Order: sequence, then structure tokens, then C-alpha cells
Amino acid sequence: MGTINFQTDIINNPENEIRLASLWNLLQDVCDPEVPVLSILDLGIVRDVKLTGDEVEITITPTYSGCPAMDAIKMDIRLKLIEHGYKNIQITSVLSPAWTTDWMTEAGKQKLKAYGIAPPNPTQIVCDTKLFAESEAIQCPRCNSYHTQLISRFGSTACKALYQCKDCKEPFDYFKCH
Amino acid sequence: MQSLVPINKKQLHEREGSSSNPPSGGRGAFLLHLADTNLILAQRNAEWCGHGPILEQDIAITNISLDLLGQARNFYQYAAEVINREDIQNMKAPKASPFGGGLEGASEDTLAYLRTEREFKNLLITELPKSDWAQTILRQFLYSVYQYQLYEQLQKSDDRQLAAIAEKSIKEVAYHVKWSSEWVIRLGDGTDESHQRMLKALENLWPYTGEFFIPEDYENEDTIGFDLNSLKQPWLIRVDAILKEATLLSPSFGGGQGEAIFMHTGGKQGIHTEHMGFILAEMQYLQRMYPGAEW
Repeated sequence: MGTINFQTDIINNPENEIRLASLWNLLQDVCDPEVPVLSILDLGIVRDVKLTGDEVEITITPTYSGCPAMDAIKMDIRLKLIEHGYKNIQITSVLSPAWTTDWMTEAGKQKLKAYGIAPPNPTQIVCDTKLFAESEAIQCPRCNSYHTQLISRFGSTACKALYQCKDCKEPFDYFKCH
Repeated sequence: MQSLVPINKKQLHEREGSSSNPPSGGRGAFLLHLADTNLILAQRNAEWCGHGPILEQDIAITNISLDLLGQARNFYQYAAEVINREDIQNMKAPKASPFGGGLEGASEDTLAYLRTEREFKNLLITELPKSDWAQTILRQFLYSVYQYQLYEQLQKSDDRQLAAIAEKSIKEVAYHVKWSSEWVIRLGDGTDESHQRMLKALENLWPYTGEFFIPEDYENEDTIGFDLNSLKQPWLIRVDAILKEATLLSPSFGGGQGEAIFMHTGGKQGIHTEHMGFILAEMQYLQRMYPGAEW
């Protein structure tokens, strides 16, 4: 599910392995335009990186169907690769298996919290269809209190919900588990 | 709306002509139906932008609109692939796309912006005006419950791309179902005024729900892999449960409870209400004024 595929030919082409690793490093510098502290690797949307000769193929998967950042991210990936001398670039988007917040790295979750956005809870705990559910305990990213309240299921973007902390009174976005 | 004189569908199509190559097979038409339904509803929900009852709900309904738009795009992209493939097989020449880049054939843009009323296959319920908040959230509820159950079935499809789109979309639809169910209960079991508005909304919208379960040619069991009518009972059960909690009586589909309620149909075939022309005129305005424009 969260596994990353390396196409390597270790015995015959160790040089390829090094080039592949440097490609992954490059992608670390491509960030989510909405939340610039998060790299696309933190988000878990890069599914595969293939290098065949001088042809690069990056496979990504969208977070939400309507996410407008995906087009910007595709462009940013392309620009980053061109910047570093790659000319033959193909970026493919796959829908299956569907992206889930479980693919977000722990580092990514910490970065979100530091940025003021409550990171997603693990999906198996909360993603049910019960109504008026108060069961999801979201921690305030500022004062760490669990005494928080849902204001709206939809926040500043489709992937976030709006909460308010009853202790420090500050509102904050919560990255919805998906 | 149903026409008074029975018209042979093939004659209708030939008479109307079309601005893009229509899909001949079932799969392309079914994908367009799924895409169009989401696009038109996205368009209607987006009309709330800047006009929502309170800020958080303005944001909620426009986010739902964006979700539906994204799903529509996925369906359109796949439909374009299928249509172009079918055209090659049927040896139809691809139409030049006005969108530049030397592209030929169908694309998500030609399908969304260049087709006319009779070519759109969306459910009629999606083209009804947004009206008041009660009607908007009730329409969302009735459709989203159906959409969730439909996509649950499509996830199992042999067509892997269709299954992938359904799998992706259903996570978002789950949130739409939650959000709209809560609103139905809030307004139904709310004040006198909200209760009255919900009753009115239910009366207005119910006759458009029958269309969900009446399969069109391209929705027969061979093409989609299951019987569309089998979704009716689970849908009724789910809807009834929420309506009951909202202290609203659910109208019967008929069957022993007095007269059966007349159900509007036609959307899936391209025969729409009077609203459709206005929706497309607005949505396709830029393309109509500046053909081939890109931004």
C-alpha cells in the first residue's frame, strides 16, 4: 500500500541506482503549493519513479478528485526536473490504489502541526459514516488540548475541516482523514 | 420531461445533429452520464459561492461542488479515451479540436464545453435550480446516498479504470452523505419555518428520484455489470431512516398507498427540463464567445 517501487538493476548498473536516488532527492524539494512546508514525498502522492536511459517517468496519485493543487504540482515536478538537466520527462497520474492519509509520513504530520494544521488521525480509528459524530478527538496544534470542537466539515480547502480549540480559543484547520 | 410523441432515438439524434462525435457504444455513453451528472450538479452548487447562508456553509457547498467537478473530470478524461478508441474502431474521422495543440478527437474540454443540451445525459434532479438552502441540501442528500451506493457497485467493475474512479470518488461522497444527512435532520427537526421548507423541498424533489433507478440502454446489466433497479430498496431504506429522524414523512414510491407518484425521466437520454439551456449558456459562455480560448 505505502510501498515505493525502485526500478534498479543493481548488479549491472549501480550508476542507475545512484541517479534514481538523486531523483527521489529532487522530489523532496517539490512542495505542496498550499502548505509549502510539506513535500510531495511527505504527502505520499509519489507512487513510482522510473529511470530508463535518460527517460524519466514519475507516477503520482491525486489526493482529492478536485484538488486544484495537483496541476500545479505536476508543473513543479516538471520544472524541477528540467532545472536539473532532465529532458525526457513523463508524469503519469494513477487513481488506483486510491490515496489515503495513511500514506502521509510521520515527518509530514509533524510539519503540518508545526505549521498550525492538525494532522490527520489514522483512518481506522475514525472514518465512519455516523452522523453528528463527536468521537473524533482532534488535538489543538497550538496548545495541544483535546478540548476541541468541530465548526465545519469543510475548511479552507476540500481536504480540511475547521475546528476551534475551547481552551486557547484559536480556530485551526484539520487535515481530514481520507 | 417526456415528449408527447414517441420519437425514435436514432432519428432524434440524426435530426438534431451534434457538435462532437457521440459515443456509439454503451461504455462511452455511461461514462458521459456519470460525468455530466456530476458536472451539472457542481455547476448548480457553485451558484452558492458568495451567497451561502453563513460563511462556513458557503465554503462547504462550494467544496462539495469542487469534489464533484474533480470526479466529473476523471470521468470525462476516461470517456474521451473510450470515445476516441471507438471512433477509430468505427473508422470515424476525429473532429479537430478547437483547443489548439493540434489535438484531435474528444477531450474533457470538448465534452464539457462543446456539447449541447440533447447530448448531455445528466440526471434531471441536478439541473433544478438551487432554490433555498433546504432544497439544496435535500437534493444533495437524495443524490449523494444514491451516488454512494452506485459507486460501491462500480468499484467492483471489470473495467479497472471505472473501478478506480469510483474507488477514489467514494471517499469524498462519504463526506457529502454525512454533511447532507446532518442538514436534513437539522432543518427537518428544526424550527417551524425550516420544517415547512423541508416539506416543500421534499415535495418538489421526490418526483425526480425515480430516474435514478430506471436504466437507460447504456445501463443494462451487460454494460454496467449489475441491475440498476437493485439499488432502489437500499436507497429507500437509507433515505427513510434519515427522513424519519428529521420528522419528515417520506413519500411512497407507490404500491398500495394510493396513487403512485409520477416520476420525471428523460435526462439520461438527453431530454431535459427548460433549465438546461440556461445552465449551458452560462457554463459554456466563454467558449461560445471566444471559440478555442484557453486560460
